[in-house]
Amino acid sequence: MELLGYLGEGFATSLMPINILIVMIGVTAGLFIGAMPGLGSVNGVAIVLPITFIVPPSSAIILLCAIYYGAMYGGAISSILLGIPGASTAVATTFDGRPMAQQGKAGLALIAAAAASFVGGTISVVLFTLFAVPLADVALAFGPAEEFALVLLAFTTFVGLGGDDVLKTIIMICLGLVLSAVGLDLISGDPRLIFFDQPGFYSGISFLVLAIGIYGVGEILYTIETQKSAPQVTPAKITFRELWYGLKEINKLWKTMSFGSFLGFFVGMLPAAGATPAALMSYGIAKLLSKKPETFGKGAIEGVAAPETANNAASTGSLLPMLTLGIPGSPTTALLLGGMVMWGLVPGPMLFIEQPDFVWGLISSLYTANLFAVLVNLALIPLFVWALRMPFTVLCSLVFVLCLVGGFAPSQKLHDVWLIVGFGVVGYVLRKADYPMAPLVLALVLGPLMERSFRQTLIAEQGNMMAFVERPISGTFMAIAALFFVLPMLKHVKRLLRRDLSPAE
Amino acid sequence: MITGARGKLRACLGGKVETIMLTADRVLAAGIMVLSVYFMWHASALPIGWNGMTGGPGGGAFPFWLSGIMFLCAGGIVLRSFKDSAPFAKDDTPFFDPDTLRSVVVVTLALTATVAALPFAGAYIAIPMFLLWYLKIYGKHGWVLTGALTICTPVFLFFFFEVTLKILLPKGWTEPWFFPLYARFF
Repeated sequence: MELLGYLGEGFATSLMPINILIVMIGVTAGLFIGAMPGLGSVNGVAIVLPITFIVPPSSAIILLCAIYYGAMYGGAISSILLGIPGASTAVATTFDGRPMAQQGKAGLALIAAAAASFVGGTISVVLFTLFAVPLADVALAFGPAEEFALVLLAFTTFVGLGGDDVLKTIIMICLGLVLSAVGLDLISGDPRLIFFDQPGFYSGISFLVLAIGIYGVGEILYTIETQKSAPQVTPAKITFRELWYGLKEINKLWKTMSFGSFLGFFVGMLPAAGATPAALMSYGIAKLLSKKPETFGKGAIEGVAAPETANNAASTGSLLPMLTLGIPGSPTTALLLGGMVMWGLVPGPMLFIEQPDFVWGLISSLYTANLFAVLVNLALIPLFVWALRMPFTVLCSLVFVLCLVGGFAPSQKLHDVWLIVGFGVVGYVLRKADYPMAPLVLALVLGPLMERSFRQTLIAEQGNMMAFVERPISGTFMAIAALFFVLPMLKHVKRLLRRDLSPAE
Repeated sequence: MITGARGKLRACLGGKVETIMLTADRVLAAGIMVLSVYFMWHASALPIGWNGMTGGPGGGAFPFWLSGIMFLCAGGIVLRSFKDSAPFAKDDTPFFDPDTLRSVVVVTLALTATVAALPFAGAYIAIPMFLLWYLKIYGKHGWVLTGALTICTPVFLFFFFEVTLKILLPKGWTEPWFFPLYARFF
């Protein structure tokens, strides 16, 4: 009951005309960004973040969350109409979305994607509402040792579950943490890592600079390289009859969508997992459980609904650890966390006590964002078809300008703009050699928390390193972290053993 | 490992050329090793061991030891690259796509030139010039589209950043041109 009271108060905030307007602008912008091939929620949030200074902090976060939601919906649009995923999270949607479009059922595929996204989004927001307070209550007991162990756990999930090259993942985590140490020492205040004696480094390297570099400049350079010719846009329009038929069809997929929502939510909470694996897993399981698995990959409506419910649910899932524990579940939520810190709203359990209006306003705005996203999505289909025909050079040039100006705006230092270009080029090159970018961004955001909690614990415990494992909660986190860390090694050993046991050629 | 390296060397001497991706992977890892040493050298300006004054690790410890881990991992990638089972060992694709490499280089140079021009020519010359180049010369668009975006973008930037957010963009020697606008809007 208490929960409903909080939520009711939250709706009083999120249903204020200004916040409704912000949600509508956010989801529309997000839908367009998500629909553009190559740009997803993380790119949208990175590029738009500096512009959000125009609204008060709490509204800015609502705006960014609305963009995040919109982009998750929008990803499906280019997957279906172009056959190119709007973002990696919508890869699985192309498997059946594209064949549907080629069979002249683009409208139906878009309706299925939008409705499934709505179901996934709504179920996951309800789960979010239920889990947020208990999780925040548990997190209240956390001291520096637990915080350190939790951050370490978040990083080791990338090593154990990320699926990328382990050595490269560790390099990117360390690089992000080292870059987060640039500036002034947290405890003594001494300057450190002031490269080439550039005064710009005294204030550290902002997560925004790295994010705009990698997800703005780097992403566009990558897309310039990979997109050789203009893709063909499949025309689509939606009539009321089609909408009615689509909703009736979707109604038959409750089992697939509910499963996808739960799966997406819980997979989304893990830092290394997130929306892309959630969508792929949901697709795989839907195919496995389907009565007609042979239709998958040839235009099955279930094949569109399953990944779309999961990726939207995962985006909400990744918000949960960010808001309650201060540990983001994805690069996008890492940027949201960075943005919140920048505005003086430090995510974590204390936020629920100190700023309940903001927290519940934000949670309730997720409900409204979800509703508006599905309505705007369906209403603006012709506009998306038109926007997808926009020449790529126009989009690129505008994104570049936004990156440069947006990177300059927060600090008003040209030093940061140079760093953006540098990070963009380096990120682009590293990405080509399969260096994962998500751990780098997460490490830069979480670096100060990790170092502070590590040093605070050691100072308080007079250098006793065992303090991290002796405390029950942090000890548990450390044990799980150790397990994730050795997981790739165990897999390697298993592979070697199998090779040795196989008959010699 | 050594046997693997010798084997590879023999293969190279025998005329077998290793893949470009593998070389690129090795070069990048070597670059990261150099970068790690540079970071460690910088970090060691502060105490990297136990700090007797404040207790706990010194200010340089966190970046120093993390750079050390980076160095070891990058070293691992270099060593691994000499094994036949190394990632990219059988990847024959070029590191940069030859068809589009020119576009990436040209765009990067244009972007760099734009940033370099910001302090003296200002945002309101550098950005329209970038857009003009990108849309007209690189993108081969018509004058209507190029003109509309080249003019509208700086106008939007001025009203959004300068008038609304009160964030002044760099103007270089064009600063005096804006005095009447400042008088009008501030």
